[in-house]
Amino acid sequence: MNIVVAIKHIPSLADELEVNDEGTNLDYDMVDFVLNEFDEQAIEQAVLVKEASGGAVTVVGVDVIEELDGVLHTALAKGADKAVKIVGDLEPGIDSHTHARWLADAIKEMDADIILTGVQAADDLDGQIGPMLAAHLDMPYLGVVTGVEVAHRVATLYKEYAGGMMGKYAVSLPLVVGVQAATKPPRYAPISKIRQIAKTAVIEEIEVDDDGPGAAVMLRKMSPPVSTGHANMLPGDAEAVAEKIIAIIKERGLL
Amino acid sequence: MDAGLDKVDAIFEKETAIIDGVDISGPWNRMFKERVIWEYTPELIDKVADLPGGESFAWCYQCAKCIPVCPVDMVGNYGPRKLYRMAQTGTDLHKSEELWLCTTCANCLRVCKKVVDMVQIMPAVREQAVLDGNVPEELQKAFEDTAKFGNPLGQGQRKRAAWTKKSDVPVPIMKKHGQPVDVLWYVGSYPSYHPRGIDAALAAARIFNALGIDFGILGPEEKDDGDTQRLAGESGLFEMLAEHNIAMFNKYEWNTLVVTGPHELNAFKKEYPKLGFDRSALHYTQFLVQHLDQLKPMLKHEIKATVTFHDPCYLGRHHGEYDAPRELLRAIPGLELVEMGRCRENGYCCGGGGGGMWLDSFTQNHTTMRLSERRVLEAVAYGAEILAVCCPFEVSRFEDAAKSTGNDQLKVLDILELLDQSMRG
Ligand code: SF4
Ligand code: SF4
Repeated sequence: MNIVVAIKHIPSLADELEVNDEGTNLDYDMVDFVLNEFDEQAIEQAVLVKEASGGAVTVVGVDVIEELDGVLHTALAKGADKAVKIVGDLEPGIDSHTHARWLADAIKEMDADIILTGVQAADDLDGQIGPMLAAHLDMPYLGVVTGVEVAHRVATLYKEYAGGMMGKYAVSLPLVVGVQAATKPPRYAPISKIRQIAKTAVIEEIEVDDDGPGAAVMLRKMSPPVSTGHANMLPGDAEAVAEKIIAIIKERGLL
Repeated sequence: MDAGLDKVDAIFEKETAIIDGVDISGPWNRMFKERVIWEYTPELIDKVADLPGGESFAWCYQCAKCIPVCPVDMVGNYGPRKLYRMAQTGTDLHKSEELWLCTTCANCLRVCKKVVDMVQIMPAVREQAVLDGNVPEELQKAFEDTAKFGNPLGQGQRKRAAWTKKSDVPVPIMKKHGQPVDVLWYVGSYPSYHPRGIDAALAAARIFNALGIDFGILGPEEKDDGDTQRLAGESGLFEMLAEHNIAMFNKYEWNTLVVTGPHELNAFKKEYPKLGFDRSALHYTQFLVQHLDQLKPMLKHEIKATVTFHDPCYLGRHHGEYDAPRELLRAIPGLELVEMGRCRENGYCCGGGGGGMWLDSFTQNHTTMRLSERRVLEAVAYGAEILAVCCPFEVSRFEDAAKSTGNDQLKVLDILELLDQSMRG
């Protein structure tokens, strides 16, 4: 079974995000990039599926800032078998349509049985990569999945709904899955192992041309949100604060 | 764990005993009776002792001197003798939760005649556990954050010098400074990011400026020293960070390397040299004590308080420095320094070393109270109003402990903060 994980390298939210001078996007020179955390879950789920049912895991991503190697080495240390990066003369801020098209073109050559990808990413929160991959590859898609098992070319997928409801789906391969969370928390890859792999691993490269925005949507203006309200800090000890809270609740007629 | 030596019930002696044709009759022929010793599992001791660094585990002769000095035993059931006995009777330390409780405080090593060295044993076994994927969740998070962001607090690398914006005195950052400095100040992760650590860093900046010290910091080029991650079993992460920091140290010209924290002191003095770093370092207390004549007249304002000092394990026992922090405290007018029972060579551990900093919830299942709470109770019992510290791990640990034990009146302050207060009033 060929298990493919499509990943995305995105700006780290641990950094103070700054908008560029033109006010059109983030200042990408002022942020570090990290692996999208939902993709981290997708990698873990892929390795779990491989461990349970056999197969090989290929991880593929677009190398936006030429720093994807570390992420791919980590994936290999966690149990992936092959790493592929999509390279070219690229600038950060590639939209999800372009991202999905490049990933789909790469995956077409991989004879994939199941494709896992993070259900969304913190950079655009649009959750489009999975569905668009499925459309390009002409496969079914199921998103917000929290567990994957595969047996006899049928994937059993678990999906959590509001109100504590759990859905269980059986889908024939091939398909694309948008992973919300893996069945287990992502495992730890010891740095010594990653460094060992970094010395020997061969990362396959696929060249693409950045031919401009892939969607009709273009980002025209970006700015930090203007704060409209403010929090009121109530000074004093616990009792005094509690009294003030009660007074405020009464005053606003909330009781 | 109950298979003990006391299991030998009766000493049984044959009237005549002939073994392999040799008559060994006599009181000592009891030696040939099968005893409980056959139930032991020496292979689990060997499993530890066979690791590079784990050798001394096998030297333990069960004298138990280490137990009363082990800070974890004081709030639980621990110590090298007990770990050896557990291994002897079937516990695989590699897989046991006990593996994560030792803070590498080295108090057992101080008293052990057989030089059983937990400071070497623990990282050796933990490294294997990490490679096998057995890492407590909290610790894994600290490892991941350190690998991703260069600090265990999970804050952005680029924000490492953000604290300097709050400083009312200049804090030159080497990259922009563009000239050699006398003192390269390695700030460290907690003083760079933790709100209470930043208070100490700001105080240090003011003191250095007042003394006219020509200093600079690495800022965004500085990463965590990694030594505590190494002791917690992540040697690869340690090496990665060390290579980075050594390259940064070598990139600039400076005369003295001064660190805020004892763990960094340990890293730069004992561990980085193994990776080719050939220069020394000073803890800030050691550095400031050299300027005491100049500093003293600046300490104008009295701090009228009973103060006790907590010896950090990695400054005291690991590097033999007990006097510099005390000399600084004694230089502050009005301050009365009282010693706790467990001080200097026998100083109690705050629980943060060896990875304990990132294992508080995990450790809670094995101890009756946190080590930091035990220590705070001791400080209070000695009448302290202020608990003075000089390790960036400790301020937040002890402040939390003071609150959780209902001793909010006990103030926890870094010596840097006390000096700064006395200078500024
Ligand atoms: S002091 Fe040393 S020899 Fe004695 S029990 Fe402890 S570890 Fe063993
Ligand atoms: S190093 Fe400290 S915590 Fe570890 S066993 Fe020895 S005394 Fe106990």
